[in-house]
Amino acid sequence: MDKVQTKILNCIMCPMGCELTATMEDGVVTSVKGNSCPRGEKYAKDELTNPMRMLTSTVRIEGAALHLLPVVSKSTLPKGKILECAEALREIKAKAPVKVGDVIAPNILGLGVDIVASRDMAAV
Amino acid sequence: MNKIYDIIIIGGGPGGLSAAKSAAENGAKHILVLERDREVGGILQQCVHNGFGLHHFKEELTGPGYAQKCYDLVKDMDEVEISVDTMVLNIENKSDDKKIVTCVSPRNGLQKIEGRTVILTMGCRERTRGAIRIPGYRPAGVYTAGAAQRMVNMEGYLPGHKIVILGSGDIGLIMARRMSLEGCKVEAVLEICPFSNGLTRNIVQCLNDYDIPLYLSHTIVGIKGRDRVEGITVSNVDDSMRPIAGTEFDIECDTVLLSVGLIPENELSRELGVAIHPRTNGPVVDQHRETSIDGVFAAGNVVHVHDLVDFVSDEAEIAGKFAAIKATGNAKKATLDINVNAGDGINTCVPQHIRLTSGEDESVRLFMRAKSPQRKVTLHIKDGDGEVMKKPLAIVKPSEMIAVDIPAAKVKNIKSDITVSIEGAK
Ligand code: SF4
Repeated sequence: MDKVQTKILNCIMCPMGCELTATMEDGVVTSVKGNSCPRGEKYAKDELTNPMRMLTSTVRIEGAALHLLPVVSKSTLPKGKILECAEALREIKAKAPVKVGDVIAPNILGLGVDIVASRDMAAV
Repeated sequence: MNKIYDIIIIGGGPGGLSAAKSAAENGAKHILVLERDREVGGILQQCVHNGFGLHHFKEELTGPGYAQKCYDLVKDMDEVEISVDTMVLNIENKSDDKKIVTCVSPRNGLQKIEGRTVILTMGCRERTRGAIRIPGYRPAGVYTAGAAQRMVNMEGYLPGHKIVILGSGDIGLIMARRMSLEGCKVEAVLEICPFSNGLTRNIVQCLNDYDIPLYLSHTIVGIKGRDRVEGITVSNVDDSMRPIAGTEFDIECDTVLLSVGLIPENELSRELGVAIHPRTNGPVVDQHRETSIDGVFAAGNVVHVHDLVDFVSDEAEIAGKFAAIKATGNAKKATLDINVNAGDGINTCVPQHIRLTSGEDESVRLFMRAKSPQRKVTLHIKDGDGEVMKKPLAIVKPSEMIAVDIPAAKVKNIKSDITVSIEGAK
């Protein structure tokens, strides 16, 4: 027999925070309501089957006016791997100068996602 | 003192940079941005998380990424000069088109600079423990969430390892995740209100993702430890936010982060003499973001605390545009001055008044904050003659600013003061 479930969740793809109502049948999302844009539908489907998150953090940097360089994942990573990725970034050291978008940690933990600089940082 | 600037902008955060860009695009030739830090970008430089820019730049950026974009847009403009490491001490209003800004910098020492107009974009700062009075000793380990954010994201050290956060505003929530990512244990987030004051997405991705408990209607009634924080005593509070005796429990921690709200930074504005609104704690402005003093404009968090930097940029672009129009002598004289009042269910509304000219052809955007969270409400804008417009809203929360545009065709017909209110579903 089909098991139909309704799940309420908040879209986190943008600060609007739309409240989504998703219907699941046998572990498959069959409908999403309440989203103001298509990203909401994709979010609900991912969140209920394979939740993904962006990662933002900092890495040490040498030769700049600041000690730390802010970085961001180029795309989302599996939610369950986020803490491990953050830990890996603590071991990395960048070197100034850096331009926004420069790859700082390629293919983090072999997950196929690059970690890039989120700002320029000049050498001093 | 030789050069006269069209516009002097006080503060080089996203507000100041966006105002500069828009001013240049609207005809101002000589624009000076004064920034007290060693680089522009303001508080965004320490907000390394993402979620910025979706409205304004149509792409998702981190805080430093957003600042970078704002800076990249003005850095090569001939009209825009940026002076960092420059602290503004005082602004004087000599006449409608003559303002004197006194500032100091290591490079130029004490300087007096003349501008035809001034735009205030100083932003806001955090409320501190003193402002909310927690009883107990004054041990090390108590920080504002923003100070901790600066430590972790810019200076490179951790304020502690077992953390409790007081206040569920966005900075508190973001810091809960940030500390978790750095390997700290966040024991709890406490919120004195019965609802969270942060964006819903931040509750989901900053607390729920890391299994951090959020205690609503709870506050800290005592901090333990003499030299270093050793723990806190927490209590449930009643409807009037008073601790309920007998509900106390202890949480062990070495660090307490306070995220208890932001207040616009208006020392310079007050000295200058601009009228400050008692609820927003920022200058009273019209729809062009002109303050009570002719030729002095204000935008962004200095006017009212925003939750989205995108709206700060939008608002600063308005200020930049109209400061440019004023500085170049093209401002139209207002024929009608209409107050915008916050009615039922609305805590604050910006702008506080609308100055209409004959042949008015601009729409007006109102930014509002609701008093309490509600679902399925209608926002009404009424003048003395009745309804100007209404808009159904699926959900309102004090933490999420409401933005509504009154179309130009409707603005034109407003004849008397307007009141904005929220009514629940019947
Ligand atoms: S559904 Fe679209 S508009 Fe709504 S929160 Fe998600 S991304 Fe934002």
